Amino acid sequence: MFTSLTEKLHEVFKKLKSKGKLTEEDVNAALKEVRVALLEADVNFKVVKDFVARVRERAVGQEILANLNPAHQVIKIVREELTALMGGQDARLNTAAKPPTVIMMVGLQGSGKTTTAAKLSLFLKKQGRRPLLVAADIYRPAAIKQLQVLGEQIQVPVFSREGDPVAIAVGAVEEAGKKGYDPVIIDTAGRLHINEELMTELERLKAAVKPHEILLVVDAMTGQDAVRVAETFHQRLGLDGVVLTKLDGDTRGGAALSIRAVTGCPIKFAGVGEKLDMLELFHPDRMADRILGMGDILTLIEKA
Amino acid sequence: MGLFGKLREKLTKVRETFVEKIENVISRRREIDESLYEELEEALIQADVGVAAALEIVERVRARVRELRISDPEQLKPLFREEVLRLLGTETAPLVLPDEPPAVILMVGVNGTGKTTTTGKLAYYFREQGQKVILAAADTFRAAAIDQLEVWARRAGVEIIKQREGSDPAAVVYDALQAAKARRADVVLVDTAGRLHTKTNLMEELKKLRRVAAREVPGAPHEVLLVVDATTGQNAINQAKLFGEATGLTGIVLTKLDGTAKGGVVVAIKKELDVPVKFVGTGERIEDLMPFNPEEFVAAIFD
Ligand SMILES: Nc1nc2c(ncn2[C@@H]2O[C@H](COP(=O)(O)OP(=O)(O)OP(=O)(O)O)[C@@H](O)[C@H]2O)c(=O)[nH]1
Ligand SMILES: Nc1nc2c(ncn2[C@@H]2O[C@H](COP(=O)(O)OP(=O)(O)OP(=O)(O)O)[C@@H](O)[C@H]2O)c(=O)[nH]1
Ligand SMILES: [Mg+2]
Ligand SMILES: [Mg+2]
Repeated sequence: MFTSLTEKLHEVFKKLKSKGKLTEEDVNAALKEVRVALLEADVNFKVVKDFVARVRERAVGQEILANLNPAHQVIKIVREELTALMGGQDARLNTAAKPPTVIMMVGLQGSGKTTTAAKLSLFLKKQGRRPLLVAADIYRPAAIKQLQVLGEQIQVPVFSREGDPVAIAVGAVEEAGKKGYDPVIIDTAGRLHINEELMTELERLKAAVKPHEILLVVDAMTGQDAVRVAETFHQRLGLDGVVLTKLDGDTRGGAALSIRAVTGCPIKFAGVGEKLDMLELFHPDRMADRILGMGDILTLIEKA
Repeated sequence: MGLFGKLREKLTKVRETFVEKIENVISRRREIDESLYEELEEALIQADVGVAAALEIVERVRARVRELRISDPEQLKPLFREEVLRLLGTETAPLVLPDEPPAVILMVGVNGTGKTTTTGKLAYYFREQGQKVILAAADTFRAAAIDQLEVWARRAGVEIIKQREGSDPAAVVYDALQAAKARRADVVLVDTAGRLHTKTNLMEELKKLRRVAAREVPGAPHEVLLVVDATTGQNAINQAKLFGEATGLTGIVLTKLDGTAKGGVVVAIKKELDVPVKFVGTGERIEDLMPFNPEEFVAAIFD
């Protein structure tokens, strides 16, 4: 549906080449294409604005104007800045000085919290840990059953009992202490960031079990609103990290960049399928290429 | 409270963010200039309308401004309202159901958008109108999806046809349609598993459901509704395109409009693929579903 950024930039610079000399105006034309590409990838428009301003500064500075391969140079700068913005590779999970480590999954409805809680259990189990899953979503129809089915598939125990989510989580941490489970992974109900009652419930949950890791689970297909959602969850809870789900589709996933830019929280994992072993560590450089729609980035660099 | 008032109340969040933004942009100005258009374009993009649709709307407003010789920024507001409405379509798009029951409605969409919940809400919606409804639990894949739909069936007070987890969804649809014919049901709602539109094998499975329905009931499925999460960005266009190619789409249900997302991507979908929005979901309760009326939607946003 959309021409890729590489193609567009190539067009822009083809025109320039014929003129022979590169002006600031030309750079602006190229950056306009970068802006559109980022917006089409769902990067928040404010983040795009800041980003383009930063790239412009670097580009106009001298790097591009003096360079013989302007397309190559623009893409290189854009890619470097994007990767930098999305943070380094090494985003480990926090661990408790004294086990069990408590991990809490939060996020909007349907983002993938329950599935990711199970995936994360499997991931950690494979590292020799003994996770305990906690069914603290008492609202969604069959949410507890869902977690139990998933727990069974991966042979991880699921803690559930009557009561409110805070009591359930406290009970689970106690049980983990007694039986030596570590970590404790709490699945919470999906909620809107503007739902005061449910956001307060998360704050109470946090106060009661003092999680070492609060992970915001975000659907990679999220649009411009990702920023507002992540900002609110971060303000209310202090997030330790983000998990981006449903990256197995064809979404460009600009939400990743927006969230990272706005909250500063590292994206720690990527969900790449419905099956429980489909969780990967997050790779900022690959994400940068994806946002730019640049599987073919190398081709361009060769052509330029 | 009438439908309009209710919708309006539900949409206050949308209104606060989207319209206030436009109003802010406009009221700060004394004249219409380039940077004003730019800010308006940004307001649209922020609503997930997408670059192409936003550009088109702004271009049209610009042309109208010239044509009508408008110079007061205040007069821009009604123009924007008109142009968004023009893209979205001024007509409401009701469900088109056959004279001869049962009507078969297939619910499709990517993972987690609200298919099962909307199926439950629709069951209640039809039952309230005195229709006899049967739910088909054709998501046999996701953990506890059948249990989830069962809860909704109970809440809505309708019958559910199901098999074991892992069984063939086409067989479930077949069973449901047989039951519907035998019991003279008016509507069969088929809840399907969430699937990404890029997964060819899963899209083939949907085509099969479609074929089974067509074989058992003439003209079925009469409606294929794509359930789209209002927080989704531009990817929803690809979703509509590929689900449309696989099963044909007769409409969209836009869910989670009770959040702060504006769901502007439906404007882009309408523009690119001409699929109308038929219902909106505004919460997790069974009654949080209403028919979509573009006039009211845009009015609730702009007035
Ligand atoms: N394709 C794909 N689907 C995923 C991924 N992660 C989760 N899902 C699917 O997304 C849907 C929603 O996942 P859940 O884990 O139920 O989401 P949730 O956040 O717990 O939902 P609520 O509890 O209702 O808020 C399910 O169909 C999952 O199978 C992923 O990485 N890729
Ligand atoms: N706030 C809000 N939540 C909704 C709405 N519609 C659905 N949900 C929630 O979104 C989550 C996912 O809904 P489901 O109905 O399970 O979605 P689905 O498309 O069937 O999911 P899969 O079958 O896993 O693909 C649940 O937590 C629902 O309660 C809505 O209109 N507003
Ligand atoms: Mg869940
Ligand atoms: Mg479902």
